[in-house]
Amino acid sequence: MEDLSFQHRVRERADGTRRTAIIGVVASGNLEVLVERILPDAECQLEIKTAAVGFGEVWTAVIADFVERYSPGGLKFSINDGGARPDTVSLRLAQAVRLIEEDGQ
Amino acid sequence: MTAPIKHTVQLPAERARTTSFNEASARTRIELLLDAGSFVEFIGPAAREVSPHLKIFDIPEQFDDGIVVGRGRLDNSPVFIAAQEGRFMGGAFGEVHGAKLIGLLRAARELKSIPLLILFDTGGVRLQEANAGELAIAEIMRAVMEARTAGVKVIGLIGGRSGCYGGGGLIAGCCSALAVSEPGRIAVSGPEVIETNRGVEEFDSRDRALVWRTMGGKHRRLLGAADVFADDTVEGFRDAALELLGLVGTFDLDRLEAEQLRLADRLRNFGTCEDAVDIWTAEGIAHAEAIPELPADQFIALANKIGRTSRDAR
Repeated sequence: MEDLSFQHRVRERADGTRRTAIIGVVASGNLEVLVERILPDAECQLEIKTAAVGFGEVWTAVIADFVERYSPGGLKFSINDGGARPDTVSLRLAQAVRLIEEDGQ
Repeated sequence: MTAPIKHTVQLPAERARTTSFNEASARTRIELLLDAGSFVEFIGPAAREVSPHLKIFDIPEQFDDGIVVGRGRLDNSPVFIAAQEGRFMGGAFGEVHGAKLIGLLRAARELKSIPLLILFDTGGVRLQEANAGELAIAEIMRAVMEARTAGVKVIGLIGGRSGCYGGGGLIAGCCSALAVSEPGRIAVSGPEVIETNRGVEEFDSRDRALVWRTMGGKHRRLLGAADVFADDTVEGFRDAALELLGLVGTFDLDRLEAEQLRLADRLRNFGTCEDAVDIWTAEGIAHAEAIPELPADQFIALANKIGRTSRDAR
């Protein structure tokens, strides 16, 4: 297992009112993303626990792209990864933002 | 191409009708099975009550430890509900996973009047936390019987990818009633376990047709192990759960004795059968060999003619 942590300054706050959301499942080639609205509006944080050791550079690139594209201000992402490919990671992160941008709790 | 995509909103009832129970995640099953928006989770993923054992084996954890528990409403009546996630470690029982279900069963026991649905999807006990998992199975079985003794209806719904094996099969056997779909399988020892221990002559685990007609939902329904056969949609299981909640009677010594009689009769009538097809033939079904091919609606009509488990039993 390898733990990775990323902090980004972002342009704007994520839409919506939900406090938490979760998507995905921890399985081979898959991951779960828990997202919580607990940070200041201009910050974004990602904590990753991955079964695939040694892919820090790929994670750095995937997350920089995600943050630039979605500007997920105020959100903390906690990820349990079962060795997902970068495209699956991007998809789950996008799904997590979509879910927490819904109205509700 | 730059215009925002317009999302068509599908109503929950429509989604329940078109969503395969087998393919859905534990969370989607709960969302679509209960009345829309009624689910409240206990010890949700944000609580991060993860397994204390998996870290030692360098295996990734899941925030809900593979089981979602909580309360909600079914056709406007309150229910407790637990759903296993069969894709995380095969839905297997570990310490935390088990404790969440035990807690839910004990809450139901205290309140007495609120039924509890268990959406099984499990290969049994998690090998990495075997002792804790085995203890959890024993405690859950006790908690099911205590809840039923207090008057709680405990309904098992089985149609997940991992089936209902090992300790999950034992817990299912303790429930007030079960609903199963064709892809749902119920057994204690799985195909590979039987083959490993007793040889390929006893059970060829690669013979998929043999596996399905021995452990699959249709056979379990015809044998009386499951009370209702559900089509593989979330709506199918919602309807089955409602039907079973209407069928289940009180639980007492008379019922246990009736169940013992039912099982003794079953062994006497079918104990010498070599194959599930022999059992179906002995039950009076013409062209029993065609059962695995029957579409759900035709199978349900046939199974209802055979009758269901006597209401006195279980």
